[in-house]
Amino acid sequence: MLQQATQELLEPAGLGSSELDHALAGLMRGQVDFGDLYFQRRQNEGWSLEDGIVRSGSFSIDQGVGVRAIAGTGTGFAYADAIHAEALEQAAGSARAIASAGTAGALAVKMPVSTAALYRADNPIEAADATVKVELLRTVDAFARSLDPRITQVNVSLACQHESIVVAATDGTLAGDVRPLVRLDVRVIAEQGGRRESGNAGGGGRYSLLTLLDPECWQKFAREAVREALLNLEAVDAPAGFMTVVLGPGWPGVLLHEAIGHGLEGDFHRKGISAFSGRMGERIATEYITVVDDGTLPERRGSLSIDDEGTPSQRNVLIENGRLAGLMQDKLNARAMGMQPTGNGRRESFAHLPLPRMTNTYMLPGEYSPEEIIASVEDGIYAANFKGGQVDITSGKFVFVASEAWRIQGGKLIAPIKGATLIGNGPDVLTRVGMVGNDLELDTGVGVCGKDGQGVPVGVGQPTLRIDGLTVGGTQ
Amino acid sequence: MSGKNLQTRTESDLMDAPDRVREWLTELAERVLARARAGGADAAEVSLTSSLGRDVSVRLDEIDTLEEARDHGVAITVYRNRASGSASSGDLSLEALDRTVEQALAIARHTQPDPAGGLADADRMAREIDDFDLWHPKSIEMETLVDRARLIEQAGLNHDPRVDNSEGASVSFDVALGVYANSHGFVGHGRQTRFSQSCVLVAQDKDGMQRDWDWDDRCRFEALADPAATGVRAAERAVRRLGARRPPSGKWPVIYIPEVALGLVRHLVGAASGGNLYRRSSFLIDSIDSQLFPEWVSITEDPHLIGGGRSSSFDDEGVVTRPSPLIEHGRLARYVLGSYSARKLGLETTANAGGVRNLLFAPGTADFDALVRQMDRGLVVTEVMGQGVNLVTGDYSRGASGFWVENGRIAYPVEEITVAGNLRSMFAALEAAGSDIETRRNIQVPSLLIGQMTVAAQSDQSD
Repeated sequence: MLQQATQELLEPAGLGSSELDHALAGLMRGQVDFGDLYFQRRQNEGWSLEDGIVRSGSFSIDQGVGVRAIAGTGTGFAYADAIHAEALEQAAGSARAIASAGTAGALAVKMPVSTAALYRADNPIEAADATVKVELLRTVDAFARSLDPRITQVNVSLACQHESIVVAATDGTLAGDVRPLVRLDVRVIAEQGGRRESGNAGGGGRYSLLTLLDPECWQKFAREAVREALLNLEAVDAPAGFMTVVLGPGWPGVLLHEAIGHGLEGDFHRKGISAFSGRMGERIATEYITVVDDGTLPERRGSLSIDDEGTPSQRNVLIENGRLAGLMQDKLNARAMGMQPTGNGRRESFAHLPLPRMTNTYMLPGEYSPEEIIASVEDGIYAANFKGGQVDITSGKFVFVASEAWRIQGGKLIAPIKGATLIGNGPDVLTRVGMVGNDLELDTGVGVCGKDGQGVPVGVGQPTLRIDGLTVGGTQ
Repeated sequence: MSGKNLQTRTESDLMDAPDRVREWLTELAERVLARARAGGADAAEVSLTSSLGRDVSVRLDEIDTLEEARDHGVAITVYRNRASGSASSGDLSLEALDRTVEQALAIARHTQPDPAGGLADADRMAREIDDFDLWHPKSIEMETLVDRARLIEQAGLNHDPRVDNSEGASVSFDVALGVYANSHGFVGHGRQTRFSQSCVLVAQDKDGMQRDWDWDDRCRFEALADPAATGVRAAERAVRRLGARRPPSGKWPVIYIPEVALGLVRHLVGAASGGNLYRRSSFLIDSIDSQLFPEWVSITEDPHLIGGGRSSSFDDEGVVTRPSPLIEHGRLARYVLGSYSARKLGLETTANAGGVRNLLFAPGTADFDALVRQMDRGLVVTEVMGQGVNLVTGDYSRGASGFWVENGRIAYPVEEITVAGNLRSMFAALEAAGSDIETRRNIQVPSLLIGQMTVAAQSDQSD
C-alpha cells in the first residue's frame, strides 16, 4: 500500500524520503513535540439519473498536503492544495507557529507501518467504462418503475472514489493507504390518491464497482426503496409519548453511534465534557450488552487499513458486558491522556485536522429471535429503518429519526406509522434494553458521520433490540 | 508564467491587490471557455475561487489550534448536444485546468441529452455588477486572534461559578474572491470578507453538565460583537439550561427563538425549491398563490441588501437578481428556481440558481417577553436536533430543548423532548412574530409563536 501510495502521490512531485525528512526536521527545529505530513489525492466520479435520464455526471480531483505541529495539546496546522516541495515548505513554516509552547523533540527513525490490507487497491472509477455505469442507472430506473405503477419518480446515483494517502511523522511513522469507496443510491416517490411518499435504499463499501453492477445487489436496493415508499403511503400518524421501542437490525445501530459512540471519543474525555467523562468501568448497560468499534472488517465502508495518522485500525471494545470499557483515540488525545492511539485518528481531507472518530460501530448479538422480541411487546413501536441521528455529547441527549416504523399491539405489527424522531439519554438508554436479538446485521454502507464540520464514511450495526422506554415524537 | 508561480502569487495579492487576482481568475476562466469550445462544447460555464483565512481556538487559556487555510477551486460544466458534463479541481495550474476541461467533456459524451439543460438564457444575464459593501480585508496576526479568543473565553468563565469548563473560544477570518463566466460572454465576480468569533462553555451543577454557545459573524472586523459579550452570552446560555426537567406532554403552543425559527424558513425554501418540485419531493407542489401563512406574514428576498451575507447582482448562472417577495400577505408568491428547474416546470427562473440570497421575515412589534406573555402556557424551543423533517409530506418531528412557560413567564428549562406537527399546519397556525430579528444570518427571522404542536416527553414521575 505504501509503495503504491508513494508512487501515486509523491513521485510525480519529485518528493522522496529526503524531502520528507527535511520538512519534518524543519518542523522539529521549533519547540515542537510532534509533527506530521499528510499527503492525499482523491478522485471522485459521480453519475445521477432523474426523470428517466442520466442528466449529470461529475469528476473531480483534489490533492494536497496538510502539515501539523503539536506542542503540548496545542496544534499548528496549515495545508497546501498542491503537492510539491515549495508548497510543503510553506505549509510547514505556517504550522510551526505553534512551536514556542513545546519542548524540543528529536526526529525518530522512520519505521514504515505494515499492516494487512482490508481492501483492494485498484481504482473503482476504472473498473468499468462510463457507458456501463450510465446503463446501470437506466436499468435500475426501469426496474424500479416496473415494480409498481404508483412509482412516479426515480432518482439513482452512483459514486466512485479512489483515494491515496501517505503519512510521515516525527515519531517515525511512515505509512500509506490506497482506499476505494463505491456507493449506489436509489430514491423513489410513490403517489396514490393525492398522497406522496418517498423511499430510499442504497449501499456500498470499500470494494469493487463490479459488486454494485451485480443485479442481485441493485435489485435489492430498488425493491427496498419501492417497498418503503409504498408502505409509507399506508402509514398512519405516529404516537407521541414514552413507550417501548423495538429497533430492527442493521442501520438502526445509528442508536449506538449517537447514544454511545460519540461520547467515547477521546477528545471529549481529555476535555472532560462528555456525559461519560470519568465513568470508565461503570455499568451503563444491561450485562449482556457488548459494543465494539471495529475498523478491521474487510471492505466495509467504515474500515481503514491504517487511520489518517498511520496507526493500523483495531477492534476496540467500547462496552463490555454492560460496563464502559474503552475510548477511541487519536495520537494527540492518547498522548495527553497517557493512553495508546486506537486507530481512530481520522480527517475529512488534507485540509482538516485529525480527530478521534468512529469506524464501524456495532453491538454483538444476543439470544432472542426477532419474532420473540416483537411478540413480547404489548404496546409500542417497531422501528425498522432510520435516517440519521444527532447527539449533544455533554448532556448525553440524542435523537434518531425513523423512516420506516410500525405500531405494535398485542405482540403483533398492526400498522405502518409515519416516521418520527426518537429521543433519549445516552448514559441510561442501554440500561433499559430488555432483549437483544440473535440477528446481528451491519448496515449496507451508507453512513456519513459529521463532527466539527468534517464528514467521514462510517458503518453501524446491531441485532434487533427491545428498549423498554424511549420518547417517540409522533403527533397522536 | 507557470501555474505554480501564479498560485503562490495570489496568496499575498488576495488582500492587497484583489483586482489582480480577479484579472488572473478571469484570464483562467476565458482560457477554460475557449478550451471547452475547442474541445467540441456548444456552451460552457466555469467558476473559479481563491480564498485564504486564519482560525485560532483557545481552550482554558491555552492555545488549542492555529490554522492557516489557502484554497483554490475550479468547477466547469460543458454542454454538448444538450448533454452536460461537470468536473472540478483544487488545482489552478494551466495543465490542471486543461485536464479538468477534458474530464468535463469526457463526462458529457456519456450523459443523455436533456431538453431542459444548458446555460441560462442569454438575455437574462446581469449587465452591471454592483458592490454591496462586503469587502473589508484586514490581515490579522495569529497573536491578535489568540488574544481576542482568550478575552472571549475568560469573560465567559468568570461570569458564573457554575461555568467550570470550556470547549474553547475561536476567532477566525476568511477572505474569498470568485469569478463566474459562461459562453454567453458573461463574466461576473464577487468578493467577501468574513470575521467570526464563537465560544462554547460547559456549566455544571449536581444534576449534570450542560453546554451552550454564542457566536458572531460579520464582514467587517470592527462590527464583531464585543469579545466579552460573546463569552458572557455563552455562559448565560449554558447556565440557564442547568436543572432541565421535562414538560407535560400534550398539544401546546410553541415559541421558536429566532435562530431556530430560521430553520422553519429554510424548510419553506427547501419545499419551494425547483429541484424538489420537479422531483415531486415537496409538499408545496401546485401551491403558488395558496394561503400558506396568515395574512400578516411577509417574507421578502433582497439580493441587494448592503452588507447582506449573500448579496450579489447575479445568481450562480449569471442571471440578474432582483428584490422580490416570497410570501406576500401570507400567500406563496413564487417558487425558488434556477433555469434548469424552471424549464422542467414550464416556468421562468427566479434568479435563484445556487439558492436564496438574503431573506427577511417581516418582524412584529412585540418583544420576546411580550410574546411569552401572549403564549401564557407552552414551550419555548431554543434548540432542535436531528433530521426529522420530511419535505415530501411536510411531516415534522424533532428533538428539542428549551423552556417551559407558565402564567406568561419562563418557569424552568426542559430537555429530552420532541415537538411534532406538519409544516403546512404549523405555517397556518403562526400566531405572532417577535420584534427580535436575528441579523447574523442571510435569512433573518424573528421569534415565532405557533398556535399548537404535539410535545412529547417522559413524565418526570416515571423516572
